[in-house]
Amino acid sequence: MIVAERKPLGEIVEMIAQLHKVTVIGCRSCVAICLAGGEKEVKMLISALKLKNRKEGRKQEFDGFVLERQCEKEWVKEVDDKILASDVILSMSCSLGAQTIADMYPEKVVVPGLNTAMFGVPEEQGMWSEKCLGCGDCIIHTTGGICPIARCAKSMLNGPCGGSSDGHCEVNLDIECAWYAIHERLKLQGRLDLLEAVRPPKDWTPSHSGGRRIIVREDAKLTQHQKRGKEAVI
Amino acid sequence: MAEREPKVVGYCCEKHGIECVNLAARSGKQYDASIRLVRVPCTGRVDGMHILRALEDGADAVFVLGCLEKNCYYDTGSIEGRKRVDYVKSMLSQVGIEPERVEMFNASSSMAWKFPEIVSTMTDVAKRLGPIEPRGDRQ
Repeated sequence: MIVAERKPLGEIVEMIAQLHKVTVIGCRSCVAICLAGGEKEVKMLISALKLKNRKEGRKQEFDGFVLERQCEKEWVKEVDDKILASDVILSMSCSLGAQTIADMYPEKVVVPGLNTAMFGVPEEQGMWSEKCLGCGDCIIHTTGGICPIARCAKSMLNGPCGGSSDGHCEVNLDIECAWYAIHERLKLQGRLDLLEAVRPPKDWTPSHSGGRRIIVREDAKLTQHQKRGKEAVI
Repeated sequence: MAEREPKVVGYCCEKHGIECVNLAARSGKQYDASIRLVRVPCTGRVDGMHILRALEDGADAVFVLGCLEKNCYYDTGSIEGRKRVDYVKSMLSQVGIEPERVEMFNASSSMAWKFPEIVSTMTDVAKRLGPIEPRGDRQ
């Protein structure tokens, strides 16, 4: 899932300072799971902003709600009237949700309430860790299900490096060495022979280095005729 | 002009917290009767949202009273309550509001003396800081 964390409140206040009608929009997907932009977080943020305004004698109107998925236009369209009635949208979603609204309503000011941090998993309550970089060319079938691109500080393909010590990374001793973990996993599976193969330099073109990525499934796309029919229904 | 009555809200767990309040009352302890108590099943049920909402609705100070941390009826409820109070305090600091307006206290059902002490601490804070409003408007 996408993991995000709330921006410092001072930064949020600065972004919306000059605008009167503020609509705070959260998202019930990933950012709700990582306790950054769900219903509770939206309500708490609005309360804190109202208290600040009261303390400073400033007047701003706040409205807040949560969408099922802010990155999908269908869900955003449901609150069309509320978005159009506001001066600024404070998006409590990952950058994808904020950009979806910004693209749908180009005349509206959209500001991010969260910093989108990583693709990660919840390790335990209140702790999330990065496990994927979205490089576009997954190789975890050769590394025991552990991604060296995201989990090795150097994204090495033929590890471990000389900085691995007692299973820890030289970059930070609190971090597990990904290649040590890969070795232990493959040993458990009896597949250590996989480590004997030398991996060639990675082709980074499917990653962000090749520019903005767009995936198209021709079989899933709607024809012009279907699009007209769908619009007519909506 | 009559002195403004401080508005203090207390979220109180229905186990040791409320028993501490009851014992204080039964033992004839004196405390400021203007405080508003909200009975909750456990301080682990108190969310940051509840505390902020009380402040938003006009409270000058809010406290949460739960069981002693190592003697919590629901084991870890008062630890959860403290974490939420600390989180709200950090939010308040970030928006320039005095974090001491919000406090967590722990008591056992036999600590009758503790409740008047809590009330006095929080009403003092509420009187000292006054309502949340622009400084220039304060009387």
